[in-house]
Amino acid sequence: MIETALRPLTRAIGVKAWPATELPRLTSQGILYTLLIVSALFMIVPFLWMLSTSLKTDQYVLSMPPQFFPWPLTLGSYVRLAELFPIGRMFFNSLVVATLTTLGQLLTCSMAAYAFARMRFRGSSALFLAYLATLMIPFQVTITPLFILMRYLGWINTYQGLILPGVFSAFGTFLLRQFFLTIPHELEEAAFLDGASHWTIYWRIIVPLAKPALATLGVFSFMGSWNAFLWPLFVVRDLELMTLPVGLATLHGRWLTEWNLVMAGTVITVLPMLAVYLLAQQYFVRGVVLSGIKG
Amino acid sequence: MVGQRGIRYVGWISLFLLPSLIGLTIFTLIPILSSLALTLFEWDLLTPPRFVGLGNFQRLIQDQNFWAALAHTLSFIAGYIPLVMVIALGVAVILNQKLKGVILFRTAFFIPVVSAWVAVALLWKWIFNPKFGIFNYLLGLVGIQGPTWLFDPQWAMPAIIITSVWKDIGFVMVMFLAGLQGIPTEYYEAAAIDGAGNWQRFRHITLPLLSPITFFALIISLINSFQVFDQVWIMTGGGPAGATSVLVEQIVKNAFSYSRMGYAAALSWILFLLVFSATALQMRLQKHWVTYD
Repeated sequence: MIETALRPLTRAIGVKAWPATELPRLTSQGILYTLLIVSALFMIVPFLWMLSTSLKTDQYVLSMPPQFFPWPLTLGSYVRLAELFPIGRMFFNSLVVATLTTLGQLLTCSMAAYAFARMRFRGSSALFLAYLATLMIPFQVTITPLFILMRYLGWINTYQGLILPGVFSAFGTFLLRQFFLTIPHELEEAAFLDGASHWTIYWRIIVPLAKPALATLGVFSFMGSWNAFLWPLFVVRDLELMTLPVGLATLHGRWLTEWNLVMAGTVITVLPMLAVYLLAQQYFVRGVVLSGIKG
Repeated sequence: MVGQRGIRYVGWISLFLLPSLIGLTIFTLIPILSSLALTLFEWDLLTPPRFVGLGNFQRLIQDQNFWAALAHTLSFIAGYIPLVMVIALGVAVILNQKLKGVILFRTAFFIPVVSAWVAVALLWKWIFNPKFGIFNYLLGLVGIQGPTWLFDPQWAMPAIIITSVWKDIGFVMVMFLAGLQGIPTEYYEAAAIDGAGNWQRFRHITLPLLSPITFFALIISLINSFQVFDQVWIMTGGGPAGATSVLVEQIVKNAFSYSRMGYAAALSWILFLLVFSATALQMRLQKHWVTYD
């Protein structure tokens, strides 16, 4: 059953970024463009509204009819947000947590994937199947015992509590293993005859050849970690240790009606991810198809 | 395969495998097993755990909050899945054509996907604000008096569904685009020669050949929507009057606010059963309507 469930995934590894096949025209271009523009506006206008609200002075936030273009234009809510709330610290926390989680995942997943894809040992396929089986279990099942474990270890309100549970990923191992299997063996056989160790082969041959797969896993684990809410909600209470999403929820709880402050916070949270997306578009596209399974 | 003999080989395997294996054991495997064991106990973390057997599940069956949360989760799914699938398919078909500026449009649909759920939920909470939000203002422009949305037990769930569909269109769309890319253009050319119209080509070529991806996207969306949480927690907190209380929200409240660890664990296994049986059911149905190749 797991095999069947993962079949489309295995295929998707070969998916190119943004396909450009031409379908026969379903209808005239004019109608298509109208449809597209209307729906794209539906996607974009909320973000413009977010930005616009964050740039307003207090008295224009709650005006009716709404003021679409913020005037007078001001960065006042960003300044006030930074004064009232440790938003800078939260930004830093998010950055640290997302970066370390990503690096940790790339390292541990690629090493395990190397063992699964390139080394033969007894119990290998049974163990790999066990990895796959854990993918069927929703994260919420483990959250209560994990929370208890964190309390027991004294890791509530710590970076290790935020980071470590997210570092080890059966999904990432699966993803990289599938990719490693497609790398031909000739190169490493030659290297091995020259006396190269497994580490050399892993680090000098496999990892460089697997850069696209590593980048895909990398952007996705960064995004997952940057945007995560449920686990950080459990593991941090202290404002100074909150990541941006939990910080935003708290901010909203305190300044309920000051929407310019809250929207300034959301802009700060969304913009960095948007930048990452624009820089690494192709990996996101591939990653969506692949990461669906992670839920 | 190279270098497969001896103690040193075992050493290499351990080096590569152990970090992942130890980490997953501590942070995934042991929590899964403990979670299963925890369902048999009552534990508030202050007093020692008390064995209650299947008591948590008995309580669950009688718990109105649980049944309400289950019903709301299902109603979320009933609204969200058809909308997001149909809209995403439509957008994917359009965006798969060679049109000028297509990359820009694709980006527009993808921005919500990369944004944090908390940020998106706050944004839409503001948009749905009954008095000062732009949604009701725009409705007002076309002469519709909008409801109070998140403050109205009838309209809170639809508002959450609209928000979720908006956020996930791009996600599902990308899966469909990947599937559309795999359909050979010769099929369409052949059909065109045979005089098939646009709708016929869509119905008899696109849909059947897209069915594995449709099926895949459906399962993924279903699994994700059983776990709906962030948007509910931010937008309504389960309210008003419990109208949008969902399963994961119940897990979080029990574990977090009421310190009922065993009960929260029991709830989480119900969630697992739902996700698992939905997947299994679809695997069986798949044979009847999915065409591979």
